[in-house]
Amino acid sequence: MSILLRVEKLTKIFTAGGIFGSKMRVVAVNGISFECREGEILGIIGESGSGKTTTMKTILKLYKPTRGKIYFRGRDIWTIPNKEYYRHVQGVFQDPYSSINPVYRVRHLFDNIFDNLLEDVSLDERHEILSEVLDRVQLKAEEVLYKYSYELSGGQLQRVLLAACLLVDPELIIADEPTSMIDASMRVTILNVMRSLREEEGKSIIFITHDIGQAFYICDRLLVMRKGKIVEEGSAEEVVFHPQHPYTKRLIADVPKLGKKLILRR
Amino acid sequence: MLLRAINLKGGYEIRSGFVKAVDGCSLTLSEGEILGIIGESGCGKTTLGKLLMGFTMPPLKLLSGKVLISDIDLYSYDLENRRRFWGSLISMVPQYSMNALNPTIKIKDFIYDFLKQHKRDITREEALEIASVRLKSLNLSPSVLDMYPFELSGGMKQRVVIMISSLLNPKILICDEPTSALDVSTQRVLLELLYNMVKLEKIVSSMIIISHDVAAISQICDTLYVMYAGKIVEKGPLDEVLEEPLHPYTKALISCVLTPEERIRRSRITGLKGAPPNLLNPPAHCRFAARCPLAFSKCKQAEPPLMRIGNREVACWLFNGDER
Amino acid sequence: MEGARGLMAEAIYALRSSPRLMIGVSIFSFYVMLAMIGPLLYPVDPRKPIFEHLQPPSPQHPLGTDVLGRDVFAQLIHGTYYSLKIGFMAAVIASILGIVIGGVGGYFGGVIDDLLTLITNIFLCVPTIALLVILAAYFRVRSEWIVILLLGITTWPSMARSIRSQILSLKVREFVDTAKLCGMSSLKILFREVLPNMLAYIVMYFILNIAIAIVSEAGLSAIGLGPTGIISLGMILRWAIVWEAVRYGAWWWFIPPGLSITLISLSLLMINDALDKLYNPRARTTR
Repeated sequence: MSILLRVEKLTKIFTAGGIFGSKMRVVAVNGISFECREGEILGIIGESGSGKTTTMKTILKLYKPTRGKIYFRGRDIWTIPNKEYYRHVQGVFQDPYSSINPVYRVRHLFDNIFDNLLEDVSLDERHEILSEVLDRVQLKAEEVLYKYSYELSGGQLQRVLLAACLLVDPELIIADEPTSMIDASMRVTILNVMRSLREEEGKSIIFITHDIGQAFYICDRLLVMRKGKIVEEGSAEEVVFHPQHPYTKRLIADVPKLGKKLILRR
Repeated sequence: MLLRAINLKGGYEIRSGFVKAVDGCSLTLSEGEILGIIGESGCGKTTLGKLLMGFTMPPLKLLSGKVLISDIDLYSYDLENRRRFWGSLISMVPQYSMNALNPTIKIKDFIYDFLKQHKRDITREEALEIASVRLKSLNLSPSVLDMYPFELSGGMKQRVVIMISSLLNPKILICDEPTSALDVSTQRVLLELLYNMVKLEKIVSSMIIISHDVAAISQICDTLYVMYAGKIVEKGPLDEVLEEPLHPYTKALISCVLTPEERIRRSRITGLKGAPPNLLNPPAHCRFAARCPLAFSKCKQAEPPLMRIGNREVACWLFNGDER
Repeated sequence: MEGARGLMAEAIYALRSSPRLMIGVSIFSFYVMLAMIGPLLYPVDPRKPIFEHLQPPSPQHPLGTDVLGRDVFAQLIHGTYYSLKIGFMAAVIASILGIVIGGVGGYFGGVIDDLLTLITNIFLCVPTIALLVILAAYFRVRSEWIVILLLGITTWPSMARSIRSQILSLKVREFVDTAKLCGMSSLKILFREVLPNMLAYIVMYFILNIAIAIVSEAGLSAIGLGPTGIISLGMILRWAIVWEAVRYGAWWWFIPPGLSITLISLSLLMINDALDKLYNPRARTTR
């Protein structure tokens, strides 16, 4: 399998404060390297503050890296024009309420995609295509397209955002906790959609989550991040069944298993 | 029996009608028991919790039913008089309440204000003494008293909020989605805390935990209630329900729990399609029929009652109960 | 179509729920009507002397005449028209400057922002009225458009500053990132995604700008630096001051224009305040 995305010694430092005041430095991502291969689902696991969201936004060209390079199919992503890059790489952000502009109906998001990334689709075809992608995430076009974001539930919005990705049909989707607000019964259906994207269409997905159960269900490989660094990397089975790093060990041990009574640590 | 709720019906008065969020739920809770209520969002779990508290702020309304706590008939008092039971007899930690802490005052001032509302003549020192004793018994550092909410992590805030709601030694504590939005390790610590409060320290007699996360709460619950579209569709001892769920909805919910175990990786789990019915006009037959893979003609004709099967009760036409 | 109906319904709802808005809108509409259809219903030339000096109000002259024998009511109608026009147009200019300068600075940040903030701060430091006086005195003949321009370029800085701070908090919201992923350019995102979120805010500031411009015009006119060759409410006051109307006890000459300026700006401030209460996100309860 060829390499789709390569991240090389990526560091992202946020600074705040002016020239005169003392500067606040936060090292969000600290010299990480990894790659995502074609046709694989790569899971990035970490707790809040581990730098996984910063990593995602840097890959999506929303943050400029402080140090390090990111290559998509061997090309430095900053040499690829935005429009071209976003046709191949798309993302779903963590907070669905803030991801959709509150002043427009949901349809506006899809129209933005048509207008800027899919210019060759005629106006008449749009509705039919939208119905198709929404159907894949178990939504009905007439139930969501003409609503405002605050009229929909978090779970519905997350599915809308995933549908937007499906519409663009990129080679790589980076999804940050894309199912956090979806009910467990529906969540499996959505994870199955992602699985079939890989199995049937050979797409790659970077799945960012703190839920090891979900990651284990769909991911081929897992990266475990902590405080801006990758502490463990390997196939999903390796990482879950034979964790090496103490942090990973604790993380896996803390995952609730159905019906296993809590053993008190004292 | 510490708490008995008999045939509770209630919901929300809105412009287009009445949303029957809770439609005939009965519940019993004994001394020392941790009871879990699971179900999808919008199935009425939170509303049931509020009705158990007697917290019927408009637009929420109780239509019929009774809540008996020890020998107190909660709804024989009006809303104003029910207030005095809140915090001291029954207490609730609402969802996201950790974000409701006032960011501008220190935790200790919040605790003092809170205790003062219930005990007029309490002094500052007494309040802080009570709080630090409680913190110690729950393995929390008393240093949080001197902190502002923003100095605490999400998990810590949640623990502090739960600690505060137990300060007046209520008999029953209701926690609504206590583990949502927490990392697994924080979640585990929180579950330990809840378990401690009931089973070891006996700070509260019994606890009701409302959650959509079956795996998390299954670690500490004794009894499990499954809610669907305003009704309780299955209840029973946790182990039995998990081992052999009877109701097709319970089966689906449990099969959708993703844990890092070999079996989930090999199989492709089928989720539940569709959405729960609109509670403005729920169907007159089994409410799960439209999504049920095992539905047959009877399911679309009449509503199944809760039928007793061994230690358990289930509302599904696939079963013929021992009684009735 | 559906959108227009929704807007109407929203407007009616807003008027019903806020008496303050109702009063403000009523007063303001009254003056707009006076300016628009007044000349048709009361076709008297405000400049033509009728050789009856300082007449108190009478059926022929509802607000009497001034010292040159001109009809005060006709002057009031024309004055209201020009004052509203100057105020409105100056507010348009000020708002465009405020939105562009504050919006571009806040959204793009960096050196552009530093530069634009510096300019804004310089304008904010200089007392507006002093700047206006100096600029106005520079022109011998001040057409209404020169006055509009002067008022426009002195009223924008506070708006630019507010818009900038609003943008700073909006641009970190993830819908901006979503828009970037749609391949939209930065300017397009600023104007199509970010600014519409501030529409209520912009409208409120615009209304405030009209009030400020009308009052500034009156102030400028009162010290003799108003528009030349037209009648505005400020100019009527100016003549009343110059011809010592107060000493003659000609209250019908100076009270109507003074009261009108007060009422117009008061009504605008009331509308602004009511809208603030209606559209302030903290006051909104729907979700």
